[in-house]
Amino acid sequence: MSNELRDLSLKVVLGQLSRRDFIGRAAALGVAAPLATKLLSSTARANPVKGGHLILGCNGGQSTDSLDPGLAASTVPTNVNWGWGECLVVTDPDDGTAQPWLAESWEASADARTWAFKIRQGVTFNNGQPVTAADAAATLKRHSDENSKSGALGILKAIGQNFHADGDNLVIELDAGNADLPYLLSDYHLVIQPNGGFDDPLAAIGTGPYKLEVNEPGVRHTLVRRDDHWKSDWAYYDSFEVLVVNDATARTSALTGGKVHAINRVDPKTVDLLGRAPGISINNVSGRGHYVFINHIDTPPFDNNDLRLALKYAVDREQLVETILRGYGSVGNDFPINAAYALFPDEVPQREYDPDKAAFHYKKSGHDGAIELRTSDAAFGGAEDAAVLYQQTCEAAGIPLVIKREPADGYWSNVWNVQPFCVSYWGGRPTQDQMYTVAYHSEADWNDTRWKRPKFDAMLLEARAELDQVRRKSIYTDMALMIRDEGGLILPMFNDFIDASTTKLEGVLTDPAGALGNGLLMHRTWLAS
Amino acid sequence: MNPVVTLLLQRIGIGFVLILAISFLLFVGVEMLPGDFARNFLGQSATPEAVANIRRELGLDAPLLTRYLGWLGGLLTGDFGHSWANKASVNLQLFKRLSNTLFLATTAAFFAVPISVGLGMVAVFFRNKLPDHVINILSLAAISMPEFFIGYLIIFFFALVLGIGDGPPIIPSSPTWSFENVQLIFLPVLTLVVVVLAAMMRMTRAAILNIMESAYIETAELKGVNMMTIIRKHAAPNAISPIINVVALNLAYLVVGVIVVEVIFAYPGMGQYFVDAVRVRDMPVVQACGVVFAGVYIILNMLADVGAILANPRLMHPK
Repeated sequence: MSNELRDLSLKVVLGQLSRRDFIGRAAALGVAAPLATKLLSSTARANPVKGGHLILGCNGGQSTDSLDPGLAASTVPTNVNWGWGECLVVTDPDDGTAQPWLAESWEASADARTWAFKIRQGVTFNNGQPVTAADAAATLKRHSDENSKSGALGILKAIGQNFHADGDNLVIELDAGNADLPYLLSDYHLVIQPNGGFDDPLAAIGTGPYKLEVNEPGVRHTLVRRDDHWKSDWAYYDSFEVLVVNDATARTSALTGGKVHAINRVDPKTVDLLGRAPGISINNVSGRGHYVFINHIDTPPFDNNDLRLALKYAVDREQLVETILRGYGSVGNDFPINAAYALFPDEVPQREYDPDKAAFHYKKSGHDGAIELRTSDAAFGGAEDAAVLYQQTCEAAGIPLVIKREPADGYWSNVWNVQPFCVSYWGGRPTQDQMYTVAYHSEADWNDTRWKRPKFDAMLLEARAELDQVRRKSIYTDMALMIRDEGGLILPMFNDFIDASTTKLEGVLTDPAGALGNGLLMHRTWLAS
Repeated sequence: MNPVVTLLLQRIGIGFVLILAISFLLFVGVEMLPGDFARNFLGQSATPEAVANIRRELGLDAPLLTRYLGWLGGLLTGDFGHSWANKASVNLQLFKRLSNTLFLATTAAFFAVPISVGLGMVAVFFRNKLPDHVINILSLAAISMPEFFIGYLIIFFFALVLGIGDGPPIIPSSPTWSFENVQLIFLPVLTLVVVVLAAMMRMTRAAILNIMESAYIETAELKGVNMMTIIRKHAAPNAISPIINVVALNLAYLVVGVIVVEVIFAYPGMGQYFVDAVRVRDMPVVQACGVVFAGVYIILNMLADVGAILANPRLMHPK
């Protein structure tokens, strides 16, 4: 790498330059963003130091957190579970591709309908028991059978019960081809447990590099290294601790006060100030998470496409990114895929804020009367402000938007996916196929726009089995256009994940799949001695 | 029979009835909140099948009265049950969280009560002069600022700027009065003292001032007794009743109402435990916390009334 780039990357490692600025400078030097990120990671990953105790201060922990991976729904349990347990597949932080984890390798039949995942041999659970393909199969069964209480049930419906153990292999036989099946198995719910966790789902017995020592939900979790872990090129700490600090101010003072080494969910309003504090580096990454205004297209008045188009043209996307995300994000184009996804349809023209077009479509729809948008900060931080801004831009187009502020308590049970027009948040999925399957297939439980088009379903299944990438991209482009122009999704922006850490932490890298290095920061970093 | 004993027995009896009523109201109240445990717990990942399975496992489809009586039966054997969310024993979790809260509350009370009563007496001593005005203004300021603001200011000035005391998260290794632990909770205690000081101090001042108008105080002054001695020996003991009442209320607040301070300092107390449980409608935990909070208020009120009787010779020896 050129000297200039190397110096710049060292500056990032030392916390004197943000990753964002590095990518900007690298672009000026003619280096594209993905390559720049890779260069940065390779500098950062040199010379790990074994030992030490990492302390993370995280938002996203409750006294009601369970050790059952099927019930993990926030940052703290997912990070903790990947300390003591592992999934079959992990996604690469640089390019998002599926990589071997507990599954050593996998093979697919030519029609992508039959898959065999070879389970790594010689690996033991932290109770000494060896892990087998039967354990992997039992894990899938516990999350997907008729008694499942797991949060993974929604995504495993695509597999049904068509899997079994065959020697060292977990064999999955699908009704229709799926070229992206491995990505499904990287889901944070699917931590492999002995006998699937049927005997004791809360025992925290897994194949991960650490054992759970202290478990105080909503307070802290401490994990201690085990000596016999199979993966030697990560997990350098002797122990690590996740402290639950839900309040944003408390979290930042914990970091600046030196009580923790890294935090997540840095508030966009104060991130620039935090970045100026000595010894702190801001790690933000452009992920797949997106903030949305969603309406049910089978419910009047949203069943009229002119009204939906009017609402889409009335969003000032740049303003929302600047005001709500303080620039830490990018504009959306009313379909749930951005450049962080493989085969992103980059030729779809970007919809712009156009109050005249909005007024035109609104008049054409013939709708009369106020339109009620429900909002709450439970959806995303700043959702209430975003709704107010949206109301203003709608007014400029002559659309009478009325905001109803809902309580955060019970938002996900009573408002999202229940009321016809509300704000929401999606974290994104590793592949376009998964994102569309969970939210846009006509039979999806989480189809929060009531999008039911048999043609779309057919295209989704066709793309899923298609191995020719050019043809696949073309199908995904058509699907994106369909949703963009006819769907109930108004997608103003994709948010960055903004984390921060002390400069004493080395090897820090970001992963578009999730905050804190997609929950694997504790394995990839080390403390400078 | 001794009036104090009569009162105690009456109060304890009523206390039990009250706790029963509160537990039933709480049960019904949580039922009436929108959403149920299964849906709220799974949140955005809820699927109809998973929700139905959870409801079936926990018996949530049984009628309300049956479920309440089942819980009550458990309570009568001293078992608060298991959290629906993480299946942990509520007895164990509650014990830990309550110990933490009581540790914080008693340490704060230990400093706040003597300081506020003392300051109240000083304010009376210097009444209408400069020290009195200063004390009044400072206490009004403290009571007017929201607790989270006071807490943030204290974290900023003490922990971050001066380097004194620990900022968040504050997790005591065990809620015992070791020097190390008391040092650890110095900043939350300081916050709580500032928050409750004002009310107790102002009530002390008002109650004593009221008594200072009496004839026998004038007699003592004319006899030439030292003013501080008058306040301490003749006025204050007669003002105990209102002072004890306000102290009891503030002590109850220190146990029950400090969730904001707990959140700011990331301190593992009962407040956050309770709120997390209500958010997902984790009934065993909600009920247990409700019973404990009600018990705290009832006991403290009882002690306040007993104290008022003990301090008043006329009530101690009724004719």
